[in-house]
Amino acid sequence: MEPLTWTGTLGQFLDPVLYVLVALFLVVVLAQIVLSIATGGARVVTNPDGTLSTAGGPYDLAATATRWTGAALLALLVIYVLAGAVGGAGLGGIIGGMSQQLIPVWIALVVTFVVSIQFKRRLGLYGKLFDSTVGMIGFALVMFWVFAGVMAGLFDWISTHDSLTQVSGMKNKVPGTPLRGAEDGQYAWYLLGGDNLARDVFSRLFKGAWVVVQIAPLATLFAFMVGITLGLPAGYYGGRLDTILSFLANLILAFPVILLFYLLVTPEIVATGIPNYMATVLFIFPLIFVAVLLNSRYYTQPSFRTPLLIAVLGVLGWIYLSLISTNGAIVSTATYAIPGLPGAVDLFDIDPGILVVFVSVVFVNAPTVFRIVRGLALDIKTRDYVAAAQTRGEGPWYIMLWEILPNARGPLIVDFCLRIGYTTILLGTLGFFGLGLESESPDWGTTINAGRRLLSVYPHVAIAPALALLTLVLGLNLLADGLREESLKD
Amino acid sequence: MGLFILRRLGVMLLTAICLTFIVFFLTNLYPNLEKLAKTQGNFRMSDEAVASWLGDRGYTDNTFVKYGRWLGVAPGWTTEKDDGTVTGQCFDKGTPVEERSTFCGVLQGDWGYSLVFKDEVGSLVATRLAATGKLMGFVLLVMVPMALIVGVLAGMREGSGLDRSLSTFSIATTATPEYVSGVIFIAVFASSAFGLKWFKGSATQAIENATFENFTLPVVTIALYGMGYIARMTRASMTEVMTAQYIRTARLKGVSFGNIVMKHALRNALIAPFTVIMLQIPWLLNGVVIVETLFNYKGFGWLLVQAAGNNDIELLLAVSVVSVVVVLITQLISDIGYVFLNPRIRIS
Repeated sequence: MEPLTWTGTLGQFLDPVLYVLVALFLVVVLAQIVLSIATGGARVVTNPDGTLSTAGGPYDLAATATRWTGAALLALLVIYVLAGAVGGAGLGGIIGGMSQQLIPVWIALVVTFVVSIQFKRRLGLYGKLFDSTVGMIGFALVMFWVFAGVMAGLFDWISTHDSLTQVSGMKNKVPGTPLRGAEDGQYAWYLLGGDNLARDVFSRLFKGAWVVVQIAPLATLFAFMVGITLGLPAGYYGGRLDTILSFLANLILAFPVILLFYLLVTPEIVATGIPNYMATVLFIFPLIFVAVLLNSRYYTQPSFRTPLLIAVLGVLGWIYLSLISTNGAIVSTATYAIPGLPGAVDLFDIDPGILVVFVSVVFVNAPTVFRIVRGLALDIKTRDYVAAAQTRGEGPWYIMLWEILPNARGPLIVDFCLRIGYTTILLGTLGFFGLGLESESPDWGTTINAGRRLLSVYPHVAIAPALALLTLVLGLNLLADGLREESLKD
Repeated sequence: MGLFILRRLGVMLLTAICLTFIVFFLTNLYPNLEKLAKTQGNFRMSDEAVASWLGDRGYTDNTFVKYGRWLGVAPGWTTEKDDGTVTGQCFDKGTPVEERSTFCGVLQGDWGYSLVFKDEVGSLVATRLAATGKLMGFVLLVMVPMALIVGVLAGMREGSGLDRSLSTFSIATTATPEYVSGVIFIAVFASSAFGLKWFKGSATQAIENATFENFTLPVVTIALYGMGYIARMTRASMTEVMTAQYIRTARLKGVSFGNIVMKHALRNALIAPFTVIMLQIPWLLNGVVIVETLFNYKGFGWLLVQAAGNNDIELLLAVSVVSVVVVLITQLISDIGYVFLNPRIRIS
């Protein structure tokens, strides 16, 4: 078997075109930037009928050229991907092989976009996202990794090899190396090469995406629950409660994050049971939040409220208890154990390594969310509709959760997107220092950490997860930017 | 103003005490102490041997007493062995009885002894901090002007092509954590795979002899991540100023665009970024830890990783005191500086 090149036979014709287009595109963009400083941007003229239009000129010419070369470049990239998806590694080289493995992701992405754009007027803020190019690019990047993570993790579709199997002779091999003596039914190449334990980088990349896609949004959600439940009363009531909570939040924020991680995420600390105590405290906030939310809304209809609360809290309480108890104990150390849910009714067990990572990420993020929510509550509580609710005689928690919170949703949604990105970065940082997750875990931070030792000789091992993390976080940032732009419009 | 600073200093002290106590508590948990005893003594120590090793050195006392000793408000531990020799925290073996001091803590200027580096913590932290100070200085020198230029250029014409490309650039830099950009930089500019080899992938020698070749990559890596945020804040502040009434007036009076930006807009637009730059410094500390580990530059961040990884209690406490003080002082400076720069705000 021949080693694969990046673009295969397809590249023999298309690569020269690509080089020319990229060079052209860079020249035109540079020209546009220089011209925009030199000539003062597009010249606007007023037509006789009162409309405005841009007059021609060098800047306008450069702008048009940018648009066309950009479109051509994009079309060429689509051709690479499409031809690769059809022809596979034989036709499209490494890019083609990857594209073929990712066919389910492409289908899911196209379906999502077609459906969303079709119904965008009926979808509220989500639909408006499809009016902004930046937002759409961000959304596409994020959804690519979400689909890829879910498909690789749940259905085992995308990966070509097992993420832990070591194949002899594949140690540190460059991308596109054929498998020595590949059997039938085995994928014949290591698309992105092998790492220093001779495992397939491509498969580990997408298995790692699943780890990130599982932890990051959920941890951010929990941080938001904690931040909202504490931030709303701090901002609304003010006074001593605010002083104490703000002091605690600033205390955690004054800690260097990495020092905190080093103190919390070690096997010794796990042995003391401290992460379990923290989990017990932090995970109860969603319960408090939902209970107060429903109670304040239906307080006046006890016949409806009581069964609703019992049902909802029963389910959430069960999940909560199975979340915090492992093997029938909430905290179990060498010397003592606090009994929890018995194993028979325990829905799921969480690996202690993942739990400590999860808890510390929530712990680090919650104070920032608290400060944002507190600031928003301080601002919104002076509005007229809050005064109106107070005059109506609504309770403080109703005002906080049903008057203030919905009106703070814009900035909170934007921050939620940004914060998932930040959580992803934090997870990577943990992996980078080898904390928490096991060393064979395929998550991106751990893989970067493993690859950096041989960085100057075999950079491909660390570069693949680095670029993956970069694109996911970039997508989340662009998505947040698009959402901010669109939510400011109305 | 004086009262304001005094109150802030009081809060600072309280925060520092709380934080060091948390660090103290976490590092003094029994499994951590057990690990410490085994690394310092012998890996095959029995549980009893570990307990006596810890007991002889005062580790098994009450956490508050131990914390008091570290602070220097409680008398240091002394242990009398069966054969009559006395060991203690505050004196060496050979010190005569009458010269032995009772207190030795931070208040007496004694930061303790690092068990990993076998050196005084005070001098150790000072030398490493100097090395990191050099790195931070270069980072600020690169980051701040770059960020301000990018922000001002993007903000002076909102929505133009220049604005969009520069804004995308700053978003991209905020989305690239140091361990990603550092890895990419080393792979592209310092590895044999791409064959460029312009810079060095290790900055170990930069402590004594910083050259363009070995210091560029770490500096650029930190500066890039911090830059995007400052640039975006500058852009936001600049666009706000550019829509102000007095700018329109200047425009209508026929002042050229360059003059408007340089003479009228810039000074007002730079008030907000000042606060952001000051608050960004504690964030740089994180980057410093990552970059110093990645490039093997033996500074303060590297020290933090070594101290935390080996549970070197006294070194870790000193490191956390320094980083907390950095965080709180930058907050204080940003508050005070904001008042001085912006005449519209007064603290009563």
